[in-house]
Amino acid sequence: MRTVSLGIVLFLFWLTLSGHYTNFLLSVGVGCVVLCLLLVHRMGLIDSEGHPIAMLPRTLTYYPWLAWEIVKSSLGVAKIILSPSLPISPTMTLIKARQKTSVGIATFGNCITLTPGTLTTGVADDEVTVHALTRDGANDIQAGRLNQRVAKFEGSA
Amino acid sequence: MTMEMVIFGLSWLLIGIGSVFVVIGAVGIVRMPDVFTRLHAASLIETLGGGALLLGLMLQAGFTLVTLKLAMILLLFVFTAPVATHAVAQAALHQEVMPKLASDRRPHQAGGKSPEAR
Repeated sequence: MRTVSLGIVLFLFWLTLSGHYTNFLLSVGVGCVVLCLLLVHRMGLIDSEGHPIAMLPRTLTYYPWLAWEIVKSSLGVAKIILSPSLPISPTMTLIKARQKTSVGIATFGNCITLTPGTLTTGVADDEVTVHALTRDGANDIQAGRLNQRVAKFEGSA
Repeated sequence: MTMEMVIFGLSWLLIGIGSVFVVIGAVGIVRMPDVFTRLHAASLIETLGGGALLLGLMLQAGFTLVTLKLAMILLLFVFTAPVATHAVAQAALHQEVMPKLASDRRPHQAGGKSPEAR
């Protein structure tokens, strides 16, 4: 099931990058996909971590939310950079991630790093070390709004 | 005709916004005091700067294969940019480059890594 879905994704990727739809090139594509699947299967990489299909429907609401978060925090950081006094107050905090799987925690770390103004500097078990550009940014992260949203995306809350 | 004009205008608006944010990010890299704060300015370039530029280019290309490829690049950005940023931060910490902090809310480690414990 998971292998078939990965095969479909790989073949769509081939079609997107190739752009030539002749019989020869399509069959070469199928050959490549099958070869890749065999290799990946032998390496035992096709699991809930390597190809998390269960999260796919929830990406539809997660990515627009993430884009909006990025726009909001980008405007904040741009304002800080452009103000003559450079009002930064770098703060480091330790946060307990509410996600249960390693995919969820990795997504949370990436989400923190992607939004400008906050940066993941380390992960140990379920504790995430965060460097924030301002005290307000650190407060916002500690309030746990992002944490809760990513846990919802992961499917554990 | 008018629809085309709207899409054309929107696309150039997005390309303009992206360019402005890339410039702001570059200014930020120069102005910030240390590695970690500079990374914040750099993330401005790769998220909103790159994202808005790519969206603008997608509107220029319309419903073609080029748009799909641009979307693929955007997706690649979303997954690789935070990993690269994290790698730089980790490398800095391994070299014991300590961030200049206004406040530190981490509980002090037993290893005595914080300046107060030493």
